[in-house]
This record gives sequence, structure tokens and C-alpha cells, in this order.
Amino acid sequence: MQSAISLSLSSPSTIARSDCTAAAAANSYICTPRSLRFCGLRREAFKSKSFNSLSVSTRLLPCSRNSSFKKVCAALQSNGAPSKGEFDYDLVIIGAGVGGHGAALHAVEKGLKTAIIEGDVVGGTCVNRGCVPSKALLAVSGRMRELQNEHHMRSFGLQVAAAGYDKQGVADHANNLASKIRSNLTNSMKALGVDILTGTGTILGPQKLKFGKGGSGDTIITAKDIIIATGSVPLVPKGIEVDGKSVITSDHALKLEFVPEWIAIVGSGYIGLEFSDVYTALGSEVTFIEALDQLMPGFDPEIGKLAQRVLINPRKIDHHTGVFASKITPAKDGNPVIIELIDAKTKEPKGTVEVNAALIATGRAPFTQGLGLENINVQTQRGFVPVDERMRVIDSTGKLVPHLYCIGDANGKMMLAHAASAQGISVVEQVSGKDHVLNHLSIPAACFTHPEISMVGLTEPQAREKAEKEGFEVSITKTSFKANTKALAENEGEGIAKLIYRADTGEILGVHIFGLHAADLIHEASNAIAMGTRIQELKFAVHAHPTLSEVLDELFKSAKVVSSSHVAQPVAV
Amino acid sequence: MASLLQSRTPSLSFSSSLCSTPVIRPSVSFLKPRSGPRIPVVRAKIREIFMPALSSTMTEGKIVSWIKSEGDVLSKGESVVVVESDKADMDVETFYDGILAAIVINEGETAPVGAAIGILAETEGEIAEAKAKATSQFSSAPAPSAPKVEESSPAPKVDAPSPPVDAAPAPSTPGKVVATPYAKKLAKQYKVDIGKLVGTGPFGRITPEDVEKAAGITPAPKSNVAAPAAPVASSAPASVPSKAPSNFPEIPGSTVVPFTTMQAAVTKNMLESLSVPTFRVGYPIATDALDALYEKVKPKGVTMTALLAKAAAVALAQHPVVNATCKDGKSFTYNSNINIAVAVAINGGLITPVLQDADKLDLYLLSQKWKELVEKARAKQLQPRTFTLSNLGMFGVDRFDAILPPGQGAIMAVGASKPTVLADKDGFFSIKNKMLVNVTADHRIIYGADLAAFLQTFSKIIENPESLTM
Repeated sequence: MQSAISLSLSSPSTIARSDCTAAAAANSYICTPRSLRFCGLRREAFKSKSFNSLSVSTRLLPCSRNSSFKKVCAALQSNGAPSKGEFDYDLVIIGAGVGGHGAALHAVEKGLKTAIIEGDVVGGTCVNRGCVPSKALLAVSGRMRELQNEHHMRSFGLQVAAAGYDKQGVADHANNLASKIRSNLTNSMKALGVDILTGTGTILGPQKLKFGKGGSGDTIITAKDIIIATGSVPLVPKGIEVDGKSVITSDHALKLEFVPEWIAIVGSGYIGLEFSDVYTALGSEVTFIEALDQLMPGFDPEIGKLAQRVLINPRKIDHHTGVFASKITPAKDGNPVIIELIDAKTKEPKGTVEVNAALIATGRAPFTQGLGLENINVQTQRGFVPVDERMRVIDSTGKLVPHLYCIGDANGKMMLAHAASAQGISVVEQVSGKDHVLNHLSIPAACFTHPEISMVGLTEPQAREKAEKEGFEVSITKTSFKANTKALAENEGEGIAKLIYRADTGEILGVHIFGLHAADLIHEASNAIAMGTRIQELKFAVHAHPTLSEVLDELFKSAKVVSSSHVAQPVAV
Repeated sequence: MASLLQSRTPSLSFSSSLCSTPVIRPSVSFLKPRSGPRIPVVRAKIREIFMPALSSTMTEGKIVSWIKSEGDVLSKGESVVVVESDKADMDVETFYDGILAAIVINEGETAPVGAAIGILAETEGEIAEAKAKATSQFSSAPAPSAPKVEESSPAPKVDAPSPPVDAAPAPSTPGKVVATPYAKKLAKQYKVDIGKLVGTGPFGRITPEDVEKAAGITPAPKSNVAAPAAPVASSAPASVPSKAPSNFPEIPGSTVVPFTTMQAAVTKNMLESLSVPTFRVGYPIATDALDALYEKVKPKGVTMTALLAKAAAVALAQHPVVNATCKDGKSFTYNSNINIAVAVAINGGLITPVLQDADKLDLYLLSQKWKELVEKARAKQLQPRTFTLSNLGMFGVDRFDAILPPGQGAIMAVGASKPTVLADKDGFFSIKNKMLVNVTADHRIIYGADLAAFLQTFSKIIENPESLTM
């Protein structure tokens, strides 16, 4: 069901990625690197201090106007110095999720006086109700799975007594992680001098907006540029009654208030798949309900097929495909949760499913209400804010709205936390006078099951379609984790890596990995796509032995590129 | 389509015609154990699909999945089945056009290289014939169809115990069978007709346990993996009844109290003890002298437990094998210290404080230590023990039998000392106090004669206990 919805919602975007809570999937390398960057910046500030031998009371106060310390000056400017123009701020971002946070940090670096408006909690979906807490649950489920697998343990020569868990302890771990990351995010922005304004942000007109709890107490501010980054909420299709107890969305499930004996998961995309991993590890049985004819739509078909053999078939999971959950009634009066199914195409009834609980993982809907878009003549498309390839908002007449941008789940281009952040950085580049267009094909995505699935670029069918249109030939090569020393040492030989490329130019079209730590392995490929590195160059890159990264090394080496004229000569040092 | 998993391995093809000699393909080795042409000339092209040899070391393969199902039309070069060998999983493709008439080896099953795993018919008209062939061939000629071995073991079991279940009327809601995903999986695996089962789970659903019961399988002891939530599950909504851990019928009004950690630990130890071959030897011991000594030392704070522990320790020092442990099933581990654990009942459980070096410490010191030890054991600071003493004599129990705790060679169960009429060799009757001790030991390391000798020594010490006070 989920993907059907994603399909209809986000026609212009890459379908594979439009599944939002994929956003949930990819947090960790969003949030952490941000704070790291902040640390780096601060170090520089200290450095400048020592150079100037000025006594400075506040960490980030200007120590020097010397232009050689650009970044420090930038921090200084944003840190309270009035902006040059007649505006209150150079940049106001509505929404302090991962996208808004990424944009704010980059804006400070660029010397913009920046404010961020948050109506709920800093961190948004990713940190509070998405990627971050789900990673905590998945960390637990991975260990449970390993400890319960006697055969696996015995093959290491380990003996483990029956593993058990304390539900509250697991839930606390997820909650503590979320609050920790949230405070990291808040502190990093505060330390850089980003003004955090609380309340709902509403656009009043060009370069003008208000924020507050609504009513007369609202404050009106002006900004040279505005970024909408309001994110998304779980999508609940019609006919489904969410009671938060027996029929839940990912928001509830992440609190892990109970572990049902049998749970139906509506939607088998990233969110559904990750939760099936968590629930089956904790002892639940799972029934997938998927609107499309096969599970895991959106993944490369070959990877999906293999993943199904590893992640679904051997586990306590069954599935109904090609059906919609037309009606879901929560458990009450001693009755179980009742799910009525209809055929996705003919709409004929296809029976009912009775379970202890149902998780709605059908995708995410943009959260764009109350933004005041009508004040600037912008019409949302199924809730999404229409934008061009530079994230500039398009009004109902098809014209660009000056100084207004929209990033992240709210524009629906690619509903991933790190994509939002990358779009935010791209926008900041533009408003600070440097044209920038983000290559969405270089943005990796990951699903944190055990083992993980990751991907970047096109799937095989997409690549073939493109090849058809542009008249080139697609080549494909694969390597198995079964041949990797490190994977075998870990007794985790299950998995493949697949490379889709152009044999004539050596260009990478897509890489898909299913196997141990796939989510961490994908970046070699995504960076190569982003930098335009060709396979013939990558073949000369050295990988430490024995590591999982050799899976990719072997993958690149096994690719056959016809022309090798592009190879840059290695420089001897 | 290329082979699924390994780009470097050329994709393999299989199947040969029944009416032609097997063709050896460049990359495939066919091993066709066929005993002469059974069917002389077959005009219809019905071909067997064989388990291919995917590597030189492969002797058998597991069907990971059938990409095509029965009745699907196949064209030359199409992938039909995924086979897992000792090295990798591979898609296997067909060399012939045709219709997949019958699947002989199902997903998850294993077949030797060369065995038929499916039947390919050339036209639709031949499907029935091919199917018949599949069934007749593989029931009459069991040699090539090795998977029978796997099938045959659960199959008879299914039928035997199921009649009582079948006897029950069809499920109350006709046409609707609610079974959990795992129950369905098990039913498929054990070939249980799920439609005939009556669910015992919540809302009358069929649970994995129901299927296992119908298949005549006792749930593996490790099935408790899902249960550990129990102690903390109190916050779960009422709609989820607590898991029924076994197949016992529920008696109305009963209450379920989960094990405490200590009780769970005892359970675990007791179950582990089942893997040790034990035997028991009993011995009557006169205790008049011991009782007299006890009266003497009692004012000095010496307890009967300490006396018995000391006596056992002194005896163990002379029979080190009884103080030994069999750790790996291959060797004796002789312990340098004699650490005697004494079982003590406490409210809702059992603790075993350990008297370290009981043979070396004197009786008074032992008694002194006793009290603090009990406290220590309550705080669960467990110490290594080499021998256990369990005394139920104070309750009037005259004899009993102890379970050998894992990691020890022997345990002694001490009964009550009672006045007993004895006849001596001259025919004179007398009344003496006697107690029965019963030692349980690991027969891998301690034999009957060892225990007998140990008990003889022990008995001598008890009957002449003065040495204990020295």
C-alpha cells in the first residue's frame, strides 16, 4: 500500500526514495557529522583567539576582523551583529528538523544572520520520532537476533543462555538516545548563535513572516530569504482508525509501549521492514500488507528478492500482497484488531486479518498546513510545496516566488533526513551568491535491517529505461559477501553488492548493497557519483585488508570499462 | 539473466531429455544415475530438471526458491530455480522451452546432485502425463529422489497423532482459518493441514504450538525465547493475554506466578543436570557418638551442619575423586580445595553457602563462618564449590535423593538420625541412632566402588568423631 501512495503523491520525484521514513532510516550520519562540524568550527575560534592575544569573554565573540579568519568572522556576524540590510534576519528557516539544522549551520558558516522557528521540538521527525529512536530499537533487535541464533553462536564456539529483554529498558534506550541527539542539535545551534524562535511560523507576504502560539501575541519579523523545512507526519490512509494503542503509527511504535504477539504491518517499505526486524527479534509474529504485487517495492528488484529470502521468508512473517487495508478497527470489547482487505486493482473484498496490533507504515504526508502559503499565492500539490530543481518555491501561476525556498519532506523530492540537509546547504549556497544544484542521484539511502540494505543512484529497471532513452548500454556486475574475508570472519556471508554502470564511460549509475554494514559501505559509491569519479579511477583505490569495504573494491575491479582514456595518472609522492 | 549471486560464475543450465543421451554442457556436470532406458521411445518431450553440480565439491544442493511455479511457461535461458550449494546461491536456467509441469523438490529441501528436482513438459497436453510420471517415478524409484528421507520422517508423525484433533468438528467459523504467520510456516514445513486444526490461541487462532502438537512435535526447550518479556509485561494492554508457555490445559481460577531470578537459575541448573549420567549409593551410619559430640560442642556455637560438613571434608580429602569434576566429558578435574556447599532453604527458594577449605579449617572456625556465609549467599555472591551437602534430617525425613548440580562430582543427601533396633553378629539386640545418607554422583568419573569407599570412610569418621574437633 505504501508505495502505491508514494507513487501517487510524488510523481516528479524518484519513486524509490519517496518513501519518507526512509528518512527515519538514515539519521545517524546526519546528526553526528553536524555536531562534529560545529566542534571543528569552535576549534578554529580558539585558534584565532590565541593568535590575537585579545582577552575574550565569550567563546564565539569576534576576536579578529582579520579576513583570513573568515569562518570566525562569519560566526561573529551571525552572532548578534545587525545584518546590513533592512531585514531582521538574512535567513529564517521554518522548522528545526535535520534539514533546517543543516541549513542553519551552513548559513552561519556563510556569515548569514540566521533564525530558526520550531513549533514542536528541535530535531524534528528524524531525531524524535524517526531515524534516531528507530536505530536504538534496531541496535537492540540486532543483538537479540544474534543471541537467539544458537546455530550462529555455536559456529563461533560461543554458548549463550536463552536471551531475554526488558521492554522498558529497550524503550528507555531509544528515548534517551533521542533526547541526547536533540540536545546536541540544540546546543550546536545555540553555540553558533542561531536564534531559536518558538512557535508556529506563518508566511505573511514576501520576505515577511510571523511566529508564535497564534493570535495577537505573535511576533512579526522580516527576512531576506526564507526556507520552509516543516517536514512530514505519518500518513494514515482513509478507513484506518489509529487509536495509538492497538492501531499505531511509527510515532507510537517507537515508544515501544507494548510488544504484541502478532502485529500486522501495513506497507513493506523502509519503515515497515525496519519495524518487522524489531518486532520479530522481540518475539512478535508479523503479517505484511502490501498494495503492490511484491514486497519491498522501491528497492532494486534483485536486491529485494534476495532481501526477502533473508529478511522475510525465514522469519515469523507472512504477507498479503496486491491488497489494500480498506478498514482497520482497533481492538476493543475483547475483540482483536480487524483489518479488512480489498484487492488493490479490482477493489473486491479479499477477506479479513485479525491480529493483536497493526502498524501503519504507508508512508509520510507533508506537514505544510498553517504555513500561510495562500498569502503568496502558492498552492500545494497533495500537501507538497512545489519547487524547482534549486528548491525555489513555485506559485500557482508557475512563477518562482522570490526569496522563498522549500527543502526536505515538505517538498517531497526525496524524503530522507540527509537529503533535506543537503538541499538546505544547497539553498544557502545559492542565497550567499553561489549557484548550486544538488544531484539527488548521489544521495544514498539505507534500510537498517539485519543485515542492512543500502543504495545510491538508479535501480536496474530505472537504469535500463534511461539507457533506452539516451542510447547507451547498461552493464551490471555483482560481488558476494560470501567471498569477503571479514564477512566470513563475522559469520555473516549473506549478501551481495551490485554495480550498475556504463561500460563505455565508466560512469556509475547505481550501487545497491545488501549485507553486513551495507549502510556504511555505500558512501564510497555515493561519493564517487557526487564527485563524478569513474570506475576506471576507482579501480586503483586501495582498500585495507581484511575489511568489508573490499566488497566494493572487488565490485569496481570486476567492472569492465571499455575506454580507459580518462584515467588520471597517479602522482608519485 | 545472469546468475544471481556471483557474477564470475557463468550461469548454469540443466535438464536433459529423457529420450536423448544426457548432454554434457560446458560448465555443468550432469550426474544422471539413470538405470537404463525405462521408457524406450517417448515422442512427447518430457524432461527432468536435475540438481546441477554448481561446484566441483558440491554433492547436494538446497532449493532456495522456485522462481517459476507449476504451470508456468518457460523459455530457453530463463531462470527457473535458485539453488544453494556449499559455495553460493545461484539462479539456474533452462535450456529448453516448455512448461514447468511438476516441482519434485520443494523450497527448502535438499537433493543430491543429479536428482530430478522438477519435470518439464513441452506442451500443455503433456502436463498430466508429466505429473503422473513425477509421482510414479519418484515413488517407485526411491534411489534418485533422496529428499524422501526428509519428507518421510515428519510425515507418519503427522498422521498418527492428528486423529484426536481431527475428531473435533470443523472450526466454528466456517471457511475462515486464523493462523499466525509462524503457525502457517510450520504447517507447511510439517505438512499439517491447517484447516483441520482447532486453534487454542487468543480469539481461537491457530498458534505455532497447535501445529507442533498436531505434528507430534514437542516444542523445543528453547521456545522460551519469546517469553522473557513476561516479568515486565505487566504494562501490556489487557487485550494481550499472557503467553501460555506449554500445552497443559488451563485450569480455571489458577494463578500464574513467574519465576524469580533465583528460581529461574535453579530451573536452569536442574535442567542442565539432566545431561549428566548419575547414580546413587546409600549408606546407614550410626550417630550415637556424633550426637554425643554435638551435645558437647553445641555450647561453643558448633552446628550439626558444620559437623557434617567437616566430616564430609575430611572424608573427601582421602577420596579426591569424589571431590573431582567432569567438565568436558573427557577428563577428570581434580580440585585442590575442598569447598562444601550446604543447601539452605529460604523463603521462596534455595541458597547454597559454601564453606571454603572445609577440610583445613577447624570446626569452631567453620561454625563461626557459617552465619556470615548464609548472609553472603543471600546476597548472591556465589563461590566455587566442589561438593554439596543437603540435610533434611531436621524435618524427620529419613532418606531422600538429591539432584547433582552441574559442575560437581557428587552431592550428599542426609536423612534424620533415628533410634533403630540393631542385631549384632552375636545375636544381641541393641538400639542405636542411625541415619541414612545417600550420595548422588557423576558416573563418568565416580564409580560405585569409589562412592562405597568414600562412604565407608565417612561413616568411620561419624562413628568416631573425636578427630573432627582436632
